Amino acid sequence: MKWLYLALPLSALAVTASVAAQSQGSQAQRGQQLFTHFCAPCHGQGAGDDRSDMLPGTAALARRYQGAKPAALELRTDLPAPVLTLFVRRGVGPMPAFRPSELSDADVAAIAAYLAQPD
Amino acid sequence: MTIPSGMTEATFADGLAAMRDVVGAEWVFDQPADLNTYRDFYSVFWGEPEERLASAAAAPANVEQVQALVRIANERRIPIYPISTGRNLGYGGSAPVLSGSVVLDLKRMDRVLEVNEDNCSCLVEPGVSFFDMYRHLRESGSKLMMSVPDPGWGSLVGNALDSGGGYTVAGYRGHWEAVCGIEAVMPDGELLRTGMGALPGSETWQQYRLGIGPCLDGLFRQSSLGVVTKMGFWLYPMPESMLSASVSVMRFEDLEELVRIANELEYGNVFNGMPGFSSPVLARENPIVMSMVPEPEVMNAMVAETGLPAWSFASNFYGPERVVREQWAYMQSRFAHIPGVRFAETGFVRLPLTPEDMERIHKPRFGIPSLEIFSVGSRGYGDFNPSDGHIWFSAVIPRSGQGIIAANRVMRAECERLGLDLFMFVPSVTCWTRSFVLFAAVPVYKDATRNRELRDKVREVIATCASHGWGEYRCPPAFMDNVMDAYSFGEHKLRRVNEAIKDALDPNGVLSAGRYGVWPRHLREGRGA
Ligand SMILES: Cc1cc2nc3c(=O)[nH]c(=O)nc-3n(C[C@H](O)[C@H](O)[C@H](O)COP(=O)(O)OP(=O)(O)OC[C@H]3O[C@@H](n4cnc5c(N)ncnc54)[C@H](O)[C@@H]3O)c2cc1C
Repeated sequence: MKWLYLALPLSALAVTASVAAQSQGSQAQRGQQLFTHFCAPCHGQGAGDDRSDMLPGTAALARRYQGAKPAALELRTDLPAPVLTLFVRRGVGPMPAFRPSELSDADVAAIAAYLAQPD
Repeated sequence: MTIPSGMTEATFADGLAAMRDVVGAEWVFDQPADLNTYRDFYSVFWGEPEERLASAAAAPANVEQVQALVRIANERRIPIYPISTGRNLGYGGSAPVLSGSVVLDLKRMDRVLEVNEDNCSCLVEPGVSFFDMYRHLRESGSKLMMSVPDPGWGSLVGNALDSGGGYTVAGYRGHWEAVCGIEAVMPDGELLRTGMGALPGSETWQQYRLGIGPCLDGLFRQSSLGVVTKMGFWLYPMPESMLSASVSVMRFEDLEELVRIANELEYGNVFNGMPGFSSPVLARENPIVMSMVPEPEVMNAMVAETGLPAWSFASNFYGPERVVREQWAYMQSRFAHIPGVRFAETGFVRLPLTPEDMERIHKPRFGIPSLEIFSVGSRGYGDFNPSDGHIWFSAVIPRSGQGIIAANRVMRAECERLGLDLFMFVPSVTCWTRSFVLFAAVPVYKDATRNRELRDKVREVIATCASHGWGEYRCPPAFMDNVMDAYSFGEHKLRRVNEAIKDALDPNGVLSAGRYGVWPRHLREGRGA
């Protein structure tokens, strides 16, 4: 009886954990798509056109951090949803704020989940 | 919360409640954190009482919802301000012209309704961004190319409605010129279709722009008369190749001939890409700011000393390789008589582009959206802080050598006299065929004192340009009244006719009040103040 009692919650826990991992995974996957569409044109890695060696957002962060942090957002893991939300909703430098009609709070959280993944 | 002036809190709250019923509570925004995202991030009024702020925003998902929202606003006289993607940075961002307006944010209406490969056209909703459209064209294997402005995050509809421009082929890169067919919700909530769209069952809405009678498309350009919910555009068939070339001349006095022949070749369809006119010898210090054009002998001495051309005309040819090579050969023959003329082929690419090509081309010239223009502002030329954004000053000037020289000298002298910084200055932008547009990026600050001075200076520049017969084609809200004032022929008949149309179509004056200097009757006296 005790065994059953123990076994049930354990298996339930395992199921819950794998569902959570899966949904985290799919949230991060969605975050990656959103990042590619909304963020990467400025904050992506790789060269810009007209012979710039970095995209504008990445170049601006390279100047700001002077090597103290990676310039490309995808190499950072210190941008949890609340921090990201602050930048996205308030804007910074020449980057204007993004409205909730284009990027919802859930979208911003998904991007944060993607960025939080180890490379 | 900012509520529309002259309105009771109860009426406004009732209006917002009705709007919530239409779009759902989650799509009406009236909390400070959300409303902050509707501020014009490059506003010259940033943080001042005059800053144009939305009282709320509502984001409908379809045309019926737009109609319902407009009716709610019209019944209660709540001012509303439609935006498509709201990326009008440098010209007002996503903020309304009249503080207290409810922004109708159409970003959620983002369907590409049709791409017609044979007619080379499309029909889109306002929320379709250039990035969205590009992805749609590529994923569907389309053989069509669109024209995009430098930043790709705006929309086909919003950009064209503000008369924006891109970099591709004549007839397409002036984005308003490529519009064919508009659907708009009028201030009374009814739906209007222009051109052939007015004829039920017609298959030619995106083929024949004019329909019958006065062409009403112009009612919606830079206007305050309707909420555009669909717009058709002509697209360019993807060419086989693109050739870029330059013709450079070594004397001050050759500019007139250079522009005159270039114009003839462009208007005669010998080349179809966007021409560029620059002065290599005057751009030595800063590649994006043309310095003051000196006297002829001084400029010629600079040319002799540096070996750099006095003037350069860059042209682009889109088409089959055989054709563009012939066109380029013919073009050279037309300039060959100018002493010391130099010709250079500066690029040739076949389409579709390879990944290597993508690394070395200016993407908007191929209708590929990007945000790479922002490296210009953040890289920083000159000693201003580039990170606060900028506004655009953009005046229409004559397309001639004299046009470039006069605009350059007047603008440079004014900036020097007033101590006005510019971080980009090109006196001869050619997005719109048949004229030049003098373009200058004026840095703005998140500092009220500096912005106050800047506003006074820009107003002086507007007046000076007007005294030379140069008017702006587009401007940020802060200067719309000044710019419209300059178009004063017949005791401001242009504005007065616009006002009469406004009163007839929007008698309650709810829609986009003040846009481009046209105010509804009840706000006309104080211009919204
Ligand atoms: C660095 C930089 C470079 C730029 N380069 C270019 C360039 O190359 N070419 C260019 O054209 N612009 C340029 N711009 C200006 C601007 O960013 C773009 O024109 C942008 O596309 C406009 O924003 P949008 O498309 O989101 O239009 P929106 O902001 O959605 O619309 C612009 C205005 O049109 C009206 N409007 C929009 N939608 C509707 C509707 N459905 N019904 C009725 N009225 C409506 C509103 O008054 C709105 O404020 C540049 C800006 C910056 C900062």
